[in-house]
This record gives sequence, structure tokens and C-alpha cells, in this order.
Amino acid sequence: MALHEILLQQLFNGLLIGSFYGLVAIGYSMVYGIIKLLNFAHGDIYMIGAFSGLIFLSIASPYIGAGWPSLILGMLITMLLVGLLGVLIQRVAYRPMLKAPRLSILITALAVSMILYNTVMLLSAGRYRAFNVDVSSESFFLGPLRLTETRVVLIVAAFALMFIMHMFITKTMYGKAMRAISLDRDTCQLMGIDVFKIIALTFFVGSALAAAAGIMAGVYYGTIHFFMGFLIGLKAFTAAVIGGIGIIPGAMLGGLLLGLLEAFGTQIPFIGTEWKDVFSFAFLILFLIFKPNGLLGRSESERM
Amino acid sequence: MAETNKKTKLKNPFEGIIDKLFIMFENKIYLYGFFAELVIFLVIFPNTSSRFTQEIMTNLFFYVVVCLGLNIIVGYAGLLHLGYAAFFAVGAYTTGILSSRMGMDFWLTIPFSIVAAVIAGLAIGFPTLRLRGDYLAIVTLGFGEITRLTIRNLDVTGGAIGLIGIQRPEFFGITLNQISHFYYMFFILAIIAIIVSHRLENSRMGRAWEYIREDEDAAAAMGINVVTSRLYAFVIGSSFGAVAGSFFAAKMTAISPDSFMFIHSVMFLMAVVLGGMGKIPGVVLGSILVVLIPEVARGIGPYRLLIFGFLLLIIMLYRPQGIWPEKPTISTDE
Repeated sequence: MALHEILLQQLFNGLLIGSFYGLVAIGYSMVYGIIKLLNFAHGDIYMIGAFSGLIFLSIASPYIGAGWPSLILGMLITMLLVGLLGVLIQRVAYRPMLKAPRLSILITALAVSMILYNTVMLLSAGRYRAFNVDVSSESFFLGPLRLTETRVVLIVAAFALMFIMHMFITKTMYGKAMRAISLDRDTCQLMGIDVFKIIALTFFVGSALAAAAGIMAGVYYGTIHFFMGFLIGLKAFTAAVIGGIGIIPGAMLGGLLLGLLEAFGTQIPFIGTEWKDVFSFAFLILFLIFKPNGLLGRSESERM
Repeated sequence: MAETNKKTKLKNPFEGIIDKLFIMFENKIYLYGFFAELVIFLVIFPNTSSRFTQEIMTNLFFYVVVCLGLNIIVGYAGLLHLGYAAFFAVGAYTTGILSSRMGMDFWLTIPFSIVAAVIAGLAIGFPTLRLRGDYLAIVTLGFGEITRLTIRNLDVTGGAIGLIGIQRPEFFGITLNQISHFYYMFFILAIIAIIVSHRLENSRMGRAWEYIREDEDAAAAMGINVVTSRLYAFVIGSSFGAVAGSFFAAKMTAISPDSFMFIHSVMFLMAVVLGGMGKIPGVVLGSILVVLIPEVARGIGPYRLLIFGFLLLIIMLYRPQGIWPEKPTISTDE
């Protein structure tokens, strides 16, 4: 393949992986924006999403097959259930801690993450599970690009979800309330916004998006594993920081950018795929040094 | 009447002082007596116990050292550190490489591992600590993973197999190779760590850390340089971990990337948080719990981390300061 073909192919791969990162990063960023919590359990929510999707498929496939219709149905149901799980976690673990010191709530989030992935580890016996779907894996060419139907559907679905999310945040009343709470929670309460309800909604939406990303990753990679959420949690945080944490379009942009960086970074001579994660993390540290507020963030001074 | 009034006025503070002195005296005697007994018990312990128990106790002392180091960062400075195993790995691999590849004497490798940890600590801490404190949590988490992956991918560290043939340390002509030798070595190390921690806690820097932890803005307003103080805590804590790592390498003589996983960072953090952050007895208690519970209850094996997760959650919800929390030095009721 000629160089520009490789680059074009990597552009596509990067955008696809980046859209997964972006979907997870949205939840990360929203929760940080609204209650200033780094939700360590968010990566595990993504993993739970993938496993729930697998369970749904294994139940439903004898009746409706494992093609696109059942995948879409499974995705919707999983998003709903995992979204509710997110709300439950928020209610049990985070809400009592909102007034506690920052360190305590961070450790609580870590505890939730441990509970989630250890539960799945015990249930799945710690093994890789095949994510069997009955969709076409035939490749076709679009100009120099080698594509499969699956990849095209996934990237379209991911971008559609991001677009819906963007509309939700910018155009609806709830989105407006979320943005307002991230600016000033106490004043929002005085203005008659049901703050706890909006926080719960934030967790619902963020967890649902992460679950969707989990299922898509399952379809894309073909196998899922209880530890799959760990690394993507880190990547999503990186993406959120690159875009400016707390800013939703920033999270999407950061995710796409990180995906592209990884795709192109592994093409640089001497940086093989085994250095991919080191590469993206070194990038995070550089970003924190030179542009700590992110691409879309404004520098803010903390008020007391 | 006036005389009696005078007498009572004189008598009361006098009595109070006697009482206070007596209580202090009694407590100190009791405390020192207890410590003396404990030390004597621990010193003669290897003569009366099996190799297996000695191994567990050595592991316990090792945990005390590592967790006191982590406690400087988490407990004193109030920063969440999720990649402590990486600093531990930095120390272990510095000693490992210098000892097995260059044949350097063990004791000489310790300064190198401290320097390596300081460099790593500055590289991570400097960009991150200027920002919101909780960024450090994720960056250290990522650093932990990077370090493990780097160790795995490099040749000089022996890749996934790791390093073998790290020399045993010599101490006045005796080669330390028995488990009882390492028992005493880690025992002494733990005592040094406790003394250093205690001195740090009561130093000017220690009080600054406490102030920052309680109220960052007020501390800054009082002229404490928040970033520098935190950086000190981070770097000092990291060097503790590196020294413990060096000794770990000397004890094991072979190290591999599997000894420095995320789960190890979590166990160290668990020990600090369970017992009570920022307090030396609390950290020791936490280490005892984390080391001994899995040994006593071997049956819970696979459920161990799940149970620890629930334990951590419950402790955070009901006793956010840990099982044996620090008493506030200044009461707010006054």
C-alpha cells in the first residue's frame, strides 16, 4: 500500500476507536463537570455494558438471531439497564459523599470500580468471552479504503449517538440544567432546579453512552474481558482532559483526537503497537504541562 | 473566708497539674512498656516460629514500610496516589539492574534508586500538582500502567520474564540469605520508617501538609506554598517506596513485571485507608489487616478483592477517616 493509503486507513481506524473513547469520555466529563468527581467506575460501566449486551444476545439470539436488529434492540435495552445501574451507584455510593472531603469520594469511586470488575471477574471466571454476532464481515473497497459493513455501521452509530448527545445538552431543558449545575450548584437549587434529579440524570445518560460504547467495542473486537474497562477508563480521562474536562463537545473532540493519535502514533517507526498505551499516556502528561485546561477549556480561577 | 477562697483558688490549678502529669506519666509508662514488650517479642520471634510465620511477618514489616511511604502522600498531603507500585518498581528495578547487570554492591544501589524515584516523582508530580489535586489520581494510575508496560517492553529490564540473579546484600561480612535475616532487616527498616514518619509528621513541613489537607485556600493565604509542599510530600513518599523496592529486590533476588500490577497499588492504598489515613498506628493496623486477613482466611481467595471493595465502600460511607482515625489536634468546639 502506498503511504497515503495507509494514512487514510489509519484515519478511519483512528476515528472509529476515537469515537468509542469519545462516548466514554462524555460520561466522565459530564460527571466531573457536575459534581467534580473523577468517576473511576466509569470504565467498568463500559465493561458491564459489553457483558450485558452479550447476555442479552445469548438470550435473544435463538428467537431473533444475532444480526443488526437484535443488536440494536440489545443496545437499547442495555443502555437503559446500565443507565439505571449508574443511577443506583450514584444514589448508594456517591450521593452520601457529596459533602465529604474530595479524597473520600475518590476512594469511594475506586471501591465501586473494584466491586464492579471483581463481580464480573467472578461471574465470567476471568476468561475472555467471545462476542458472537451474526453480521457480515466481508470487506469492500471505497476508493483506497478497505472497509467492512460492521465498521461502517459502528462509526455511523457512534457519531449519531454523539450528535444526539450534543443536541440533548444544548437544546433541551435538562441539558441546560446540567450546564447550569456545573457552573453553580447552590444557586441552581435556589432557582428551583431539582439538583439531585439532574445529577441522577447525568449518571443515567453517561452510563448509557458508556454501555453503548461497550457493546460496540464488543462487536468490533469480537472478545470481551472483565478488565477491558480499566484501560479505556484511563483513555477516556485522557480524552476528557485533552478536550477540556467538564465540556461535552471537548470530550468528543478529545476522544477522536486520541484515537487518531494512537492510530498514527503506532505507524511511526520504532513505536510499535506494544507502545501504544505508553504513547497516549505520555501525551496526556505533555498536555497537562502545556495546555492543562484542554483544547476547548478556558482558564478559570477557583472561587471560594 | 477570704483565706479559704485563696486556698481553693491555689489548690485547684495545682491539683489539675498533678492530675494531668499523672495521667501523662501513666500513659507514657504504659505506652513505653507496651512498646518495649512488643519490640522484645518481635526480636525473639524468629527463634520461636516457623519459616512460614516469619515470611508473613517479614511481609508485614515490608507493608508497613511501603504504606508509611504512601501515607505521606495520601494521609499527610491528602493526595490520592493510585500508582504507588510503579515507584516501588522503580526502586526494585534500579537495584535489580545495577546489581545483576553491573555487579554493584546492594547498599550502593540504594542512593541510585532514591535518585531514580525522585526524578520519576518530579516528572509526574510537577506537571500535575499545579493543577487540581485529583488529577494526580488518574495520572498516577496511568503512570503505574506505563511503568509496567515499559518494564515489559524493554530489554534492559528483562522483558516479561524479569531480572534474575540480584545479589544478596552483605552486612558486616554476613551475607543475608536466611528468612530470619530478612525478618530483622525489614523489622529495622520498619522501625526507621516509623521514626522518620513521626519526625516528618511533627516537622514544619508536616504541619504545612496538614493545613493544606484541611483547607488548601487558607493555607495558601497563610503563605504556605501549596504546590511545593505537595511536591515534597510526593517526592519523599515516592523515595520511601523506592527504598522498599530495593530491599524487596534484594530479598527476592528475582523480580518480574507481575510484582508491580495495579492491584498491588490498590492493596497498599487499602492498608493506608483501612486503618486510618495520616496516622502511624492506623497505617500499621491497616497493614496488619491487609497482610493477615488473606493469610488467615485463605478460603476467601478469589473473593478477596470483592470483599475489600465492599469493605472500602462501607468504611468510606460510615467511617470516612478509617478504623482508627487521627484525632484532630485542634478542637473546633473551643
